Amino acid sequence: MLAKRIIPCLDVKDGRVVKGVNFVGLRDAGDPVEQAKFYEKEGADELVFLDITASSDRRKTIIDLAQRTADQVFMPFTIGGGIRELDDIRAILRAGADKISINTAAILNPDLIGRASARFGAQCIVVAIDAKRKGESWEVFTHGGRNPIGRDAIEWAREAEERGAGEILLTSMDGDGTLKGYDLELTRAIARAVNIPVIASGGVGTLEDLYDGIVIGEAQAVLAASIFHFRTYSIREAKDYLRKRGVAVRS
Amino acid sequence: MIAIIDYGMGNLRSVEKALQSLGADCSILSRPRALDRYTGVILPGVGAFGDAMVNLRREGWVEWIRDTVDTGIPFLGICLGLQLLFSWSEEGDGAEGLGIVPGRVIKFPPAVGIIPHMGWNQLKIASDTPLLAGVDRDSYVYFVHSYYVVPDQAEVIAATTDYGIDFVSAIAKDSIYGLQFHPEKSQAVGLKILKNFLNLCAGKQITEHSAFGATS
Repeated sequence: MLAKRIIPCLDVKDGRVVKGVNFVGLRDAGDPVEQAKFYEKEGADELVFLDITASSDRRKTIIDLAQRTADQVFMPFTIGGGIRELDDIRAILRAGADKISINTAAILNPDLIGRASARFGAQCIVVAIDAKRKGESWEVFTHGGRNPIGRDAIEWAREAEERGAGEILLTSMDGDGTLKGYDLELTRAIARAVNIPVIASGGVGTLEDLYDGIVIGEAQAVLAASIFHFRTYSIREAKDYLRKRGVAVRS
Repeated sequence: MIAIIDYGMGNLRSVEKALQSLGADCSILSRPRALDRYTGVILPGVGAFGDAMVNLRREGWVEWIRDTVDTGIPFLGICLGLQLLFSWSEEGDGAEGLGIVPGRVIKFPPAVGIIPHMGWNQLKIASDTPLLAGVDRDSYVYFVHSYYVVPDQAEVIAATTDYGIDFVSAIAKDSIYGLQFHPEKSQAVGLKILKNFLNLCAGKQITEHSAFGATS
């Protein structure tokens, strides 16, 4: 049976993990690759690196990260953040990343989804959607959640699938950083609107939130940053919890 | 030396690094080279079946791969590399494959739900192939694919996996092996399988030596 995936997310800036935390036993806790190896040992199913580097040599640092991770970590990983062109995508995949995620670029240039998908395969093109509740629906935001664009999240998810996205990484901006749980209504609405996997993101504070994202939100995978990063819970604890509650997870 | 075929279809680096982590010598080949240097060959790849065949033909890989298989050098197809071994795929407008393993490649029916089949799923080991030696039953491995292989001959099936339907996730036929999942992304289980393949490659050398009088 296909297992539900637990995905830790690392925010990376200038090649370093943004939130500094004491990972016991890591030589260099700020090194994203060291953290990736740590999560691999703990049984994470995949990793997402979100690069928030603003400087002009960002592309170089992203490629370096992809290469170093692929050298040492034998599990799938996705790189997102600031990817704009087909050339960026090619370089990152060649460096060893399994998937790339595009957000703003997909909105500004929706053809990019189709071109990237035709070129490299849908399986490696993740469209990330940042959505915020607006009345009875959810609005899409770009530029790291700064700019509302007046588009409906469900409609955009459907379009992204039609254009060739292989997966949706869905972040509830209302939930993000609150530790109050995913926006389950949003997650379920998107999961039911598309026929590709949906990764729920934004707001996890407890293990029950992960369970709810999978069972109520109907997500194929759950992403979290803080609870793993700050060692509130280990990946193992998350999996043990989910398994006890009847969710298929990889042991 | 293990050859990894580079025909412009995706992520070879992960395969190379996984093999290196197991102590293997490997080399990424972007052109066919004299076969006698290699003890094993890996055909990785992700992407569209039709494009992949165009690339393989253009660079002269088709004959080279046939020679590899005829010579009995262990050959491992991964993901798209497994599918390409088959006679025909319905992907796109349909395309002929290498035809080394009789059978076809078809898309998951909509009834299975979400496509691609993406993530960690379990192996039901169906034969005692050395490729899967020491791999526990129901081990999880990492998949990403929308099409799957349907061999004409059931004997080649080495493992199946349940995704709404039971599909073939590994094959073994003489010196030809194929995996629908990504061993290079499947952590310890995947590395174990690659190690088994390397052992098979090393065994090929031993067999050659034994022809010169060594005991088997």
